[in-house]
Amino acid sequence: MIGNLLRTCFFAVLLAFGSASLAIDAEDAFDDPVLQKRYESINRELRCLVCQNQTIADSNATLAQDLRREVRDMIAAGQTDAQIREFMIERYGDFVLYRPRMTAGNFLLWAAPVLLLVIGAFVLVRVVRRRGQETDPESEGPEARQS
Amino acid sequence: MLKFIVPFGLFALLAVFLAVGLFRDPSYVPSPLIGKPAPEFSLPSLQDAAYPVSSKELLGQPWVLNVWGTWCGGCREEHDTLIAIAGARTVPIVGLNWKDDNALAQKWLVELGNPYAVVAEDRDGRVAIDWGVYGAPETFLIGPDGVVLFKHIAPMTMEVWNKEFLPRIEAARASAGSKS
Repeated sequence: MIGNLLRTCFFAVLLAFGSASLAIDAEDAFDDPVLQKRYESINRELRCLVCQNQTIADSNATLAQDLRREVRDMIAAGQTDAQIREFMIERYGDFVLYRPRMTAGNFLLWAAPVLLLVIGAFVLVRVVRRRGQETDPESEGPEARQS
Repeated sequence: MLKFIVPFGLFALLAVFLAVGLFRDPSYVPSPLIGKPAPEFSLPSLQDAAYPVSSKELLGQPWVLNVWGTWCGGCREEHDTLIAIAGARTVPIVGLNWKDDNALAQKWLVELGNPYAVVAEDRDGRVAIDWGVYGAPETFLIGPDGVVLFKHIAPMTMEVWNKEFLPRIEAARASAGSKS
């Protein structure tokens, strides 16, 4: 029983953290651990466009391999993370980013949660106030309710 | 009355949004290159590596860039259409042979016919990345001023050519003619 539980926990932990630590490249792109870390974190933010629900860090599609090579070369050439992202956006559009930016085109999408929350709060306040008035016998007599 | 109209209106709006989302092709990624200068390239020609293919030489006329490879099933599918289009001699079709084997690619052109005015060999896929290519076949239309006018993702068909490419080619020629 306890063995089963332990095994379940083990697999849960493996599922949660296992994939993130396994790089797809056969060997590290950089000897320098700082650069290697940057390389991996950029790869995890870029979408592989042939296999759209994977990042280029997860995919072994040739395009993903090519894009990883571009990222590696650009890091080696001293480009900043922002420059590398800009390079990808210029070619593949915002869709290449796993964490989308706010632009004029998708502003509504970003604002929607706040907007809906405000509308919801407004409706809630109105409904609660009206109900409060309806059940309050002082303010509204039985005659008023019939109308 | 308002009590029903407002929720119904909201529902209808949501339904429209969801319906539009449902019928969009998620594998179609619009190109950010449209309306921008085409990325320049200079690559060896597939048939003769000593002879470079340069995008600069194509300025001054509308042209088509077709990204293909012998490993690509859709490219085989569209090949006969490309040959028919090339036969009409409307615009030059430039091939970008993407991450392919040179011998296989040459054999393909000999066996199936060659619709291309010239084929550039992009062995390491760098030029394809510059053009934002993410799958083959992809076909670009470039104007006489070197600006990307249109991109078609999927095998070329006569219908797409007549509907999307020809009108844009004519419009590009007309506006280039009026400027000069």
